[in-house]
Amino acid sequence: MSVKYTKDHEWVREEGGVYIVGISTHAAEQLGDVVFVELPEIGKSLSKGDDMAVVESVKAASDVYAPISGEVVEINQAIADEPAKVNEDAQGAAWFVKLKAKDASELDTLMDEAAYNEFVENE
Amino acid sequence: MTMNNQGRPSRADNAALISTPTFTGNKALQIEELLSFEIGSISQTGVDIAASTGNVDRLGGLHRDDDIGLPGLSEPETMRHFVRLSQKNFAIDMGPFPLGSCTMKHNPRLNEKVARLSGFSDLHPLAPQAAVQGALELIDRLAFWLKELTGMPAVAMSPKAGAHGELCGMMAIKSALDARGEGDKRKRVLAPESAHGTNPATAVQCGFKVEAIPADATGRVDLSALKEKLGDDVAGIMVTNPNTCGLFERDIRAIADAVHDAGGYFYCDGANFNAIAGKVRPGDLGIDAMHINLHKTFSTPHGGGGPGSGPTVLSDALAPFAPVPYVVCENGIYGLVETRRAANAETAGVDSMGRMTAFHGQMGMFVRALAYMMSHGVDGVRQAAEDAVLNANYVLARLKSEMTPAFDGYCMHEALFDDRFLEGTGVETIDFAKAMIDEGYHPMTMYFPLVVHGAMLIEPTESESKRELDLFCDALLSLAKRAKAGEVEPFKAAPIYAPRRRLDETAAARKPVLRWRPEGDI
Amino acid sequence: MRYLPLNDSDRATMLKAVGAATIDDLFEDVPADALNACFDLPNHQGEMEIERALGAMAAKNRAAGDGPFFIGCGAYAHHVPATVDHIIQRSEFLTSYTPYQPEIAQGTLQYLFEFQTQIASLTGMDVANASMYDGSTACAEAALMARRLTKRRKLILSGGLHPHYAAVTRTNMELHDDNVVQAPIDAEGAEDLISMIDDETSCIIVQNPDVFGNLRDLAPIAAAAHEKGALLVAVVTEVVSLGAVKSPGEMGADIVVGEGQSVGNGLIYGGPYVGLFATRQKYIRQMPGRLCGETTDAEGKRGFVLTLSTREQHIRRDKATSNICTNSGLCTLAFTVHMTLLGETGLRRLAMLNHVTACKAADALGDIDGVEIVNKSWFNEFTLRLPKNASAVVDALVDDGVLAGVPGGRLWPDDQLAENLLIVAATERATDEDIKTIALKLREAL
Repeated sequence: MSVKYTKDHEWVREEGGVYIVGISTHAAEQLGDVVFVELPEIGKSLSKGDDMAVVESVKAASDVYAPISGEVVEINQAIADEPAKVNEDAQGAAWFVKLKAKDASELDTLMDEAAYNEFVENE
Repeated sequence: MTMNNQGRPSRADNAALISTPTFTGNKALQIEELLSFEIGSISQTGVDIAASTGNVDRLGGLHRDDDIGLPGLSEPETMRHFVRLSQKNFAIDMGPFPLGSCTMKHNPRLNEKVARLSGFSDLHPLAPQAAVQGALELIDRLAFWLKELTGMPAVAMSPKAGAHGELCGMMAIKSALDARGEGDKRKRVLAPESAHGTNPATAVQCGFKVEAIPADATGRVDLSALKEKLGDDVAGIMVTNPNTCGLFERDIRAIADAVHDAGGYFYCDGANFNAIAGKVRPGDLGIDAMHINLHKTFSTPHGGGGPGSGPTVLSDALAPFAPVPYVVCENGIYGLVETRRAANAETAGVDSMGRMTAFHGQMGMFVRALAYMMSHGVDGVRQAAEDAVLNANYVLARLKSEMTPAFDGYCMHEALFDDRFLEGTGVETIDFAKAMIDEGYHPMTMYFPLVVHGAMLIEPTESESKRELDLFCDALLSLAKRAKAGEVEPFKAAPIYAPRRRLDETAAARKPVLRWRPEGDI
Repeated sequence: MRYLPLNDSDRATMLKAVGAATIDDLFEDVPADALNACFDLPNHQGEMEIERALGAMAAKNRAAGDGPFFIGCGAYAHHVPATVDHIIQRSEFLTSYTPYQPEIAQGTLQYLFEFQTQIASLTGMDVANASMYDGSTACAEAALMARRLTKRRKLILSGGLHPHYAAVTRTNMELHDDNVVQAPIDAEGAEDLISMIDDETSCIIVQNPDVFGNLRDLAPIAAAAHEKGALLVAVVTEVVSLGAVKSPGEMGADIVVGEGQSVGNGLIYGGPYVGLFATRQKYIRQMPGRLCGETTDAEGKRGFVLTLSTREQHIRRDKATSNICTNSGLCTLAFTVHMTLLGETGLRRLAMLNHVTACKAADALGDIDGVEIVNKSWFNEFTLRLPKNASAVVDALVDDGVLAGVPGGRLWPDDQLAENLLIVAATERATDEDIKTIALKLREAL
């Protein structure tokens, strides 16, 4: 399936039955050099919109919200060890967590790429 | 003539105009200095204390026998180390330090002199009350000045800094709500988007939830938006006045009335009191609490980031909840109320918020602040406020031609600009600020308040002469013109002449190195 | 007015440039009836008059140096080398601001980095911050940090914790309705804290030397706390003790807070002082307060910056680790300069000199009939049990020019057990003659 986006600049993409979540390239650019990432514990259960992770630059701190409800099944330790990866490949290798979705239909409320790009343009 | 061959070249034009790296890395008066840990040794010491003899040991078997790892330096080495470090700092005594909302005014040395009188500097906070009558008198006297200047009935002296004073004020509000039985109901605190970060952080520390009050088009609190947010779940509001845009909240009384009508309290952040001290009493405007930064308005030195001092004035509604300890006076004898129980007895059972700090507050700052107030007198305090406001408006007027003021009209003690004048130049606020360093100035406050894009907040204070302000404005105008003329490189490279070029804050945050360690030690 | 550079002709010129007719035009937003209020305050005065007025107030106080002096309990009378005061009065340190522009604040930043290293070394911890308001507020901040780390809401205060520190901590924790368990006062230092720690405990706060002067082995408490998933917060109010006594870090503390006044800073009737805050590397993102870190500049030269600021109020606002916005900058400098002069050698000698002096004082006072020394161990402070109310004795000795110590009634006015206790500190400033005098006068007073 294609990538979906939230208005809070998270992206989510299905792969082999789990949902991979990260922050958009646009959000990473706005933050500047990412210096710190805090990830949730594996097994944590999240409702859509819950605080899921924290991403920080030198001058800004942002909460990353769960785009859909679900359970954390995997975290990307590589970005916690090397936060710079978020600036390099926000929508690829620098994913944040993998979720087991509770209700995949929640994805329907999110934006597709074209809608997100338009949203960013108008923000 | 008598033949004399002692002559030597004495004309500057004999000197070649080149600059070249030096062997030492020093640049004449700019001398590089290693860490004390890299130059000292464990066996060296700069004090003469003899090793103790005799076999006393009541340490209960808890001797320290690891290597502490603290090298010492002899006295001359110590002096040179710190003097060299000092020369890498900018300071008010060197030139204009126009940091908005920080009130970097002249720090009179008389204050330093009197604070060092042994009757103050060598006085123990737990000395018997008969031995500290002069100290209590001084605290009482300073309290009188603060109450009189603010038009408020009470003042808590113990808060150690501005944010600690905010905490005191918000705790008083929480205590008052608890006493009314509304503590569990009133959990929302409203604060403008332009507020100092300490305001929301303080409110949360007291268990409140913070909501932003939007600003109107003139940079002030949007009164109707505020009214919509008020309700019986609101504990109070936190408003800075004059605000962080350098503007007086002209609806301040209506704001106070609205909050009081809704059953809430009005906390005023007094960071910008310098603009109105001796002119306006905040107590006449309907506030319930306000901290006073003695290190801003009343000239106690900022000392590279502290210590501060934040006495907090309280209205009649909040005064009974004041923290301990506080000074009382009966028949000319001063005393201290030191425990919550004693305070509650004084106020017929109203529950004091308790203790905020171990002792009596920042006594060293009290002495300095009182010396300043008495030196200036009320006439001088008023003149200082007027000069501070005049200086800021003069800067605003002079810079208007090249820079873009964030709002129309006069300002109070600080002038706020946004970065519209830099649009399309490639130069950003930070580059402009760093270029000021090369011109010999400390930059203004940048990127604050958050409500203005690329904010530059200039607070010259009353301590600047007209001559100094003219040069400052000429320098800024020239920078603005150069930026608009497309000279981007010098801005991006700035500062070029400071002891260090721009520092890599990203690297510092990604892999924090917060202490020195010997080589090979992990 | 000597502090104001503008003269009337400047003011007139500037008002014209601004486009205002009078100065009050600039205050047009102030409600008219509130402008130019009347004040019951005097007008300006010259330097001489101020010195006279404040000198008269100072003269009404009895300073530590005025005679035999034995007061401690969280503030200690130590000698401060002349170099310290000279350096902290240099304009570049005294009249600078928080180092937000690091290129022109390397002086402040480098000494903060040195200070952080000194504190980490002294306390036996990995890292320290750039200081807090004072020891008591640092103690409260430690309790809040333990709460963030453990997500638990119960803390235990030792009965040997300075009651002011306990009160400040309580004030802060009660804002969150947390459960603060206070152990009863414990002059002998024999309390059983371990049995109080349970699975709900976020931290246990223990002072060493405790407020009565007893030295405590913190290791068993640390082990017990860790077993329950709780943290040990160690409090040190007399930092000179760390030159003689095993560090809290070595004994297993997770957070060490303390008062740094003893090094480089005077008594100043209670402030400004310098709060110390140190912890383990793994907890740095939950620390309150400013941190200075090492980095390089664009030319690759080493330099220092404030770092990890996203913890702080100016960025995180309502989600900050603390509302604190300052450190004790200049007091920190005084500490750093004094500690640099001392070095490890000087610090160890100073610490032993304190211990030896206190032992002499304890021997002299313990010899008095009816006086009992409560402690089994101490550093430079110990507690006497007198045969009568200690407050009355202390007041009587003031008339003899002796400041004898802190009576229990001053710190625990509601606890009869404390009434006859007298806490006595003896630093390097106490002479043999002073000790003779206090022993003589105390004997007379009993």
